[in-house]
Amino acid sequence: MSFAIKRIWGVLPVVFGVLLLTFLLVHLVPGDPVEVMLGDSATSGDRVQLRAELGLDQPLPVQFGHYLKHVAHGDFGRSIHQHTKISTLIAERVPATFKLALLALMFALIIGLPLGIAAALHHLHWPDRFATLSALTLSAMPHFWLGPLLMLVFSLWLGWLPISGMESGASIVLPALTLACGLAAILTRMTRASLLETLNEDFVRTARAKGLPERLVILRHALKPALLPVVTVVGLQLGSLLAGAVITETVFGWEGIGRLLVESIEKRDYPVTQACVLVISLSYVVINLLTDLAYGRLDPRTESGR
Amino acid sequence: MKASWPALIVLFWLLVALIVPCLGLSPDTIHLQHILSHPDWHAWLGYDDLGRDVLARLLSGARVSVTVAATVTMVTFSVGTTIGLLAGYFGGWLDKLLMHITDVFLAFPGILLAIAFAAVLGPGVGNLMLALCMTSWVGYTRLTRAQVLAIRGRQHVLAAQVLGASIPRILGRHILPLLLAPLLVEMTFSIASLIIAEASLSFLGLGIQPPAASWGSMLRDGTRYLLVAPHYVLAVGVSLMSLVLAVNMLGDRLRDRLDIKR
Repeated sequence: MSFAIKRIWGVLPVVFGVLLLTFLLVHLVPGDPVEVMLGDSATSGDRVQLRAELGLDQPLPVQFGHYLKHVAHGDFGRSIHQHTKISTLIAERVPATFKLALLALMFALIIGLPLGIAAALHHLHWPDRFATLSALTLSAMPHFWLGPLLMLVFSLWLGWLPISGMESGASIVLPALTLACGLAAILTRMTRASLLETLNEDFVRTARAKGLPERLVILRHALKPALLPVVTVVGLQLGSLLAGAVITETVFGWEGIGRLLVESIEKRDYPVTQACVLVISLSYVVINLLTDLAYGRLDPRTESGR
Repeated sequence: MKASWPALIVLFWLLVALIVPCLGLSPDTIHLQHILSHPDWHAWLGYDDLGRDVLARLLSGARVSVTVAATVTMVTFSVGTTIGLLAGYFGGWLDKLLMHITDVFLAFPGILLAIAFAAVLGPGVGNLMLALCMTSWVGYTRLTRAQVLAIRGRQHVLAAQVLGASIPRILGRHILPLLLAPLLVEMTFSIASLIIAEASLSFLGLGIQPPAASWGSMLRDGTRYLLVAPHYVLAVGVSLMSLVLAVNMLGDRLRDRLDIKR
């Protein structure tokens, strides 16, 4: 239990830093952010009003204090262009991204685990070579190249899946697959390395020596400890899927929080940009924390060891 | 020595980046009658949505990619390593503070922080490089610091201290050379991710601005015309992938050769 408290305590400065950095984002805008956001057509009255609304007319520490207070209440202010509450905008988009990330995670597990296991069991033979090479290739394919490639193959040439948008249920498959491939590559490599290591352990040799069939040696003895580090990777990468969603959603016109972020950048709606960056990175921090805590539960050795 | 094809691919793109201005290509010339035409004898990779030669734009995009990655690497390598050396060597509150700062930077997943910086700084190559510099020094810092912690107590460092060597001399002559191997491997992988990051930002319209060519913006335009001109996306995507894959494979080989665990 004390480990959990220590870990949560350790995250607090990070959360504070993330809040500070996202707060400072608007102040990185070269020149006057209000001018940049409103464009040339705005009157000086508009500018004064927006400046007051964003609190930009106050000293920096005061602004930061207000920012913290508002964020703590889940209030990110209003969008400059749509005049709606940013929290509403984000709440509308989060389910789409969540669905996408979850399906991507499933795809990644379905592709990555068997590939990694096959590679380890046939070390240095063709399944291993195939898995290693695919993992290497996939990790060199950013989403904005893999996405169009999958569109080309599955929508245009084979005609199996819709090319983009969110109209039909099948629309989610291609963006999820695009998002999944990078993670699948990492999972393949991790599973392979971890299982190879476990297969050299003494307890696996003992299991073999007592005459257990190879299938049971792997299923009962090797796989479980081998998959432990993979759990950590899954947790850590789940957060990265959120960052990957920014590009993937843009490629496929998927109306999630990543697309909202990119739209806000295009419209120079900085309060929305700021809020999206904050929400995505805080989710990442929380997911990582939960992964760490879960890992402590799964592997009793770490609990006492730390 | 056996020829290694990843090295050859990297060399090829480096060479392209170097000599592209001397080739007399016209990547910005518009041929309206050829809009999205398929490859022909004059344009081996066809034409884009404004009737510009895809091959010429691809090659000048390579120059952008390589230049951005090289510049950002030089800056982040020197800054990141220096910070790591100081944090690791001096320890104490300086180390604590610097590590808290790197923790915050690492709390943003993937390319998100670079996107945020590039978004507020505004488009353009300079701002693009600034955004990438601001986000990619952390890896060098963490690696250097961890290594310095392991090395600073060694006999030869103590000997140098006792002999009254200055701190820059200890750091530069007695500690840094021992870190070069892992740093080199880190640098290789960092270059691969910088190439992807530059293309990502340009894809989002945050990096290189038109009419200048960049692989990221070419992929964005190409995706729009996927239906009529698949050759456009394929040409750019394969190029990008070949370079990133080759750099990553070089990194893997370096790591094995120098026997470094990550």
